[in-house]
Order: sequence, then C-alpha cells, then structure tokens
Amino acid sequence: MKPQAFDYARPDSAAEAVALLADAGEDARILAGGQSLMAVLNLRLAQPSVLIDISRVPDLDYVRTDAGVLAIGAAATQGSVEWRAGLAAEVPLLAQAFPHISHFQIRNRGTVCGSIAHADPSAELPLCLLALGGQVVLRSRAGRRTVAADDFFQGMLMTARRPDELVEEARYPLAEPGVRYAFEEFAGRHGDFAICAVAAVVRPDGIRLAVGGVSDRPRVKAWGRLAGAELDAAINDFAWELGAKDDHHASAKFRRQLVRHLGRTAIDRAIS
Amino acid sequence: MKTYQKNEVVRIELVLNGQRRSGTCEPRTLMSDFLRHELGATGTHVGCEHGVCGACTVMVDGVAARTCLSLAVQAEGRSIETVEGLNRGQDGLSDLQEAFRRNHALQCGFCTAGILMSCADYLARKPDPSEQEVREMLSGHLCRCTGYTNIVKAVLETAAARLGRPVGATPEADKPGHAGVGAAAQARLVNA
Repeated sequence: MKPQAFDYARPDSAAEAVALLADAGEDARILAGGQSLMAVLNLRLAQPSVLIDISRVPDLDYVRTDAGVLAIGAAATQGSVEWRAGLAAEVPLLAQAFPHISHFQIRNRGTVCGSIAHADPSAELPLCLLALGGQVVLRSRAGRRTVAADDFFQGMLMTARRPDELVEEARYPLAEPGVRYAFEEFAGRHGDFAICAVAAVVRPDGIRLAVGGVSDRPRVKAWGRLAGAELDAAINDFAWELGAKDDHHASAKFRRQLVRHLGRTAIDRAIS
Repeated sequence: MKTYQKNEVVRIELVLNGQRRSGTCEPRTLMSDFLRHELGATGTHVGCEHGVCGACTVMVDGVAARTCLSLAVQAEGRSIETVEGLNRGQDGLSDLQEAFRRNHALQCGFCTAGILMSCADYLARKPDPSEQEVREMLSGHLCRCTGYTNIVKAVLETAAARLGRPVGATPEADKPGHAGVGAAAQARLVNA
C-alpha cells in the first residue's frame, strides 16, 4: 500500500512551518516522526495534499527541563527522551511507560508531540500527560497558546488543536518530593496498542488515576487518600463511568475488570 | 526550505553503507521502495507496509527505523546502513550474523535483515542487555519461523562475546539484585 501523491515541504524553522500550515489550510498535515501518520497515509485513511516535514527543524528538536517541567519539542523523538540519562528521576512515570510504547524501532523515530497530536485513545504519552496534569503548547502564525492536557484531548483522535496550529511543545511536570508514580498496561502482545493502560499519581493528600484505551480519550479521576474497600468502590465507579464498549479486542466487561485490577495494582505499587 | 511538487521527479543523494549513492523518486515514494527499486539494495525486505512487521528496518544515521514509515525524500543527505553493509571491512559474515547462523536464529530469512539491523543499533547502545530487554527490543519484529528463542540466544551470545565473557554466562542485568532490568525497575528504585 502506498500513499497518494502530495506536495512536500521541509521548512528550516518553526516560524516557516506555521506559515506553511496557515497557507495550506486543513488539507495539510505535519510530518514529524511519521510513525502514526505514515501508516495512515499508506492505508490511505488520510490523503492530505501537502506534507510539512518538521523532522529537521533545529529549533523544534529539544528536550530540556524548564520551570518544573520536562519540555519536549515537536521534532524530539521518543527515543531521545527514553534514553535521556536521569529520566527516571525527572519524570518517573514516563520512564515506566516507555517500554510499553510500541517498539524500540518505532520510538527511535516517533515523536512525543506527534503522539499527542494524533491522540489515539490507547496511546501512553497522552495518558501520562493527563495523569501528571501537563500542558500542550500550540503555535500558529498568530502566536502561541498553552492548553492543559485536561482540555486538549477531546475525543477519538480529536484535540483542541486548530488546523493552523502546530503542537510545538509538550510539558510534563517533573517529579515532586513525596509524590509516587506508577504505570501499568495490558496489551494483547508486548508493544501492541493498550487494551487498558493506567497511570497513578499518589500524593500525601490524594490519588489521581488516569485510564487509557477504554474511553474515546484518556480520562482522569482524582480522589482523596482513599484505601481498602473504599478505594476499590471508587475505582469501580470510575470503570463504569468510562463507558467501555465491546470490540474485537476485548469486551466492555473485560475492560472494566482491567480498570479495576490495573488501577488498584498501580496505586498499590506506587505506595509500596 | 525545500519544497517538492507532487509527481515531481526528485533526485536524492545519500550515503548507503558508506558509499555515496543517488537516485530519483517522487515525494510519496517510501524509503523502502527507494532502497530496493532505485538503489537495488534488495537485502531490505518489505512486509506489511504499515510499521507492524519490522522486516524493512534499516539504520538511518545509526538509528534503527522502519523504512516503510519513512519517505525517500527524508533520506536525503542521511547515512543509511542496510544488511548489505553489516560485514563491511571484513571477510564473510559479521559476528552478529555468524551468531545467527550458529544458533539457527533464522529459517526462511525474510524477517532476518530487519532484525539484524535492530540488533546492530541496540547492541551498540546497550552492550550488555538482559534477556528481557532483548525480548522487548525484538517485540518490534515478526518472525513466523523461529519462535524467537534462538534469535534471543544469538543476540545474547554476540553481546557476551564482544564483552569477552564466556558464552552462556548470565548477563549482568539478569543477576539477582541488579536493578538494570529496564526503566520500570529504575523507576521503582526512584520511588523507593
């Protein structure tokens, strides 16, 4: 399967990229790592008329700590974050999630911002961003705006990004003292799309649990520091609220059970 | 900025296995098709064409990547290593290929070129991986013949030989009490 013909542009700066995007309109797609987009093009699920390749834009290729967050630029690959020395101390949740994100070869080329822009409901990087209360920086020719992860993910492959905007940066909050993090996932085979993935953030005064792969987007719920049967009941309520559906990968009932099981496992592991 | 119109015939220059090469393609041409059809490097195989099987994996600037999920125009000016270049500068097979042969780590061989390129990148970055880590790395490749056991063996054997350790010795990361079995273990340590 081959992609349909398209015009190709390789800008040298982020400013050029957003100018191209503004001129091309809705029919343009940003190509960064291409690990979701190229598959979509090969299967002809999308047939854009222009591809804007930002993979060589130097001012988008960075990973740095900045004011309490790990800031990841649009051209930075997942591998460049995964193999970063000290990631486990900076954003322990990401360090735990990376081995579950597709495969080594895909992470070498795929970008963090690309996964966030694609917004697959079972993807791990949007899930972690939501669990940590991170932010997305969107840039257009008119300027920049910062959107909370809570508001960014709006539905199946749907986000708050406007057609003329580039997901310029993802901002993952750094680990805080006294806060524990845990990630758990169930997939058919290692590296497959998650049937259910959960991320737990446990603070001295509360628990935040994010779930991916069950609803049309990653979803998060926060409670006080519940424990025992009370915690199980709260997770069960959350599992039902997610509106799981039957599909050829798993039944809704099985998905709810995974939320209950993985949710509790992650919280317990974070605390232990 | 570079721009190419659809259906425009573009000339691409790159370095393939240490040699400067050039060929023509359209913007929509996949890197896998460019390597095989234009440059004749048919050692790289094409399976699923949507990033699942791993057969088309090569190294782009030293990093293992799927060529079916990359465009030929993205290879412009890059250094590409394919299976044809693995034994460069030596007679016969590379140590990794020799270990595959010795361990029967291939049968039909269709997936092998991609697996070798992933292993070449991985072992360069992680010279002493655990069995679990090797299996995680190999999860990006489908092999319908071998059951993977012998592939894992061949990779671990290559790593051991390069480190001058006796074949069959336990990798450092597999020893009890060693924390280096991947990011999850590291993160648990941080949380502890």
